[in-house]
Amino acid sequence: MSSVLYDTPGPRARRRNALLSVVFVVLLAALAWWIWQVLDDKQQFRWVLWQPFTTGQAWTTYLLPGLLNTLKAAALAMVIALPLGAVFGIARLSDHRWVRGAAGVVVEFFRAIPVLLLMLFANEFYNRYIEVPSDNRPFYAVVTGLVLYNASVLAEIVRAGILALPKGQTEAAQAIGLRKGQTMAGILLPQAVTAMLPAIVSQLVVIVKDTALGGAMIGYAELLSERGTLAANYANVIASFAVVALLYIVLNFALTSFAARLESRLRRSKRGTGAVLGAEETEPVRPVEVRGALATGVDQH
Amino acid sequence: MFDFLEGYDVLGAFWTTVQLTVLSAVGALVWGTLLAAMRVSPVPLMRGFANVYVNIVRNIPLTIIVLFASLGLADIFGATMGASDFKIQGFRLAVLGLVGYTSAFVCEAIRSGINTVPMGQAEAARAIGLNFSQTLRLIVLPQAFRAVIGPLANVLIALTKNTTVASAIGVAEAATLMKTMMENEAQTLAIGAVFALGFVVLTLPVGLLLGWAGKRLAVKR
Repeated sequence: MSSVLYDTPGPRARRRNALLSVVFVVLLAALAWWIWQVLDDKQQFRWVLWQPFTTGQAWTTYLLPGLLNTLKAAALAMVIALPLGAVFGIARLSDHRWVRGAAGVVVEFFRAIPVLLLMLFANEFYNRYIEVPSDNRPFYAVVTGLVLYNASVLAEIVRAGILALPKGQTEAAQAIGLRKGQTMAGILLPQAVTAMLPAIVSQLVVIVKDTALGGAMIGYAELLSERGTLAANYANVIASFAVVALLYIVLNFALTSFAARLESRLRRSKRGTGAVLGAEETEPVRPVEVRGALATGVDQH
Repeated sequence: MFDFLEGYDVLGAFWTTVQLTVLSAVGALVWGTLLAAMRVSPVPLMRGFANVYVNIVRNIPLTIIVLFASLGLADIFGATMGASDFKIQGFRLAVLGLVGYTSAFVCEAIRSGINTVPMGQAEAARAIGLNFSQTLRLIVLPQAFRAVIGPLANVLIALTKNTTVASAIGVAEAATLMKTMMENEAQTLAIGAVFALGFVVLTLPVGLLLGWAGKRLAVKR
């Protein structure tokens, strides 16, 4: 295989590549061998530890309810954060300086704060000031934290999506006499939402990953904290970590691939303005003033 | 008015946050650059390894990685990180977890930077007889790094915020202290405001400074 960075390998380069491959394989094999040795030594491969995952009970008691709670919090957070984010994103594009400024301050503030801090704060806030049944409090706290953070991230995505539309769209709307609100609601927003879809789906991955914080820190019974209960029951730390990690990988990988498929489909489609906000757009392909917004729309961490 | 702060080492907790951030950032930059080099290297196995690594790590919650560093690496693999006591061990394990996680994003940022370098640059480098590592070291990476200052700044800011996850394994950083203070003191709002302000102070200047530097240093094309 050739690339821009190197020529099609000749005899010497092929020998060197083969040597590098062998060295690399040896290193990887040594690492794998060490891991295997330690796990075997600590008796982590005993069937008793893995067997629970082959029967229904571990799944129906721990893993599936945990996964369901993860999905529940993530979905609810997304459903609330999306309209909120749209409102703030549009407010940041307002013609009125005060609206623009206030929305900007709110969005930048919540983007600068760790989502864990927001969850901890919400948990304590509900505890002290608002009557929430204590069983449900972690759930509300997790969703609140996720909504506050992700609404501000989505606001940036919405803003970038609207700015990425060709200027002619606004001008044409003005030319046929639409008001500002009509232009936004009827012309810009529908196209921007389409353009943003991949970015929104990949933001869902971030939300799913962040629900795990609620499990570890405020006792929300999602997948990761159910792993703790499961491991306490069967004493299978490695096995439970492996299975739960695999579940997260499968779920998020499905979401990521879906976002990528959506993106390539939108890019190919002849309809629309051709404006697409990628799932992980980092290439500076747009004018400078939009780039700042674009770069911020992608912090998928 | 601020008497609820008495008896708590807020600055000390934020200092731990800063230390976590800086150490993890250096580690993630090194390991992430290596991963990016592997991802574009002529050796298929290295490409495959880096690809699998990035895709696995990006799809796992950081919380799992940090928890596993403590419950798996330390307790089962006996990785004590050369630490004499539990506190230092937890800190080093958190750095290890953060490096492992953040490097995947650094790798992706740098790879996207490599993609911004026009083909002609690498072709010209090869035409004058430079080999792969020379092309990468002398021609492509210097231009790529200048293009990715903005994206890397975002990774750094995310890392600063992600250090709070270290509280899941009991590292005494800002989020851990905030939790303790909120449980003991009545001024929930004031405590929240103090810690929120702390993170705004940590992340906002970094973003502004590196954003400005990124615009200045980017290769104009």
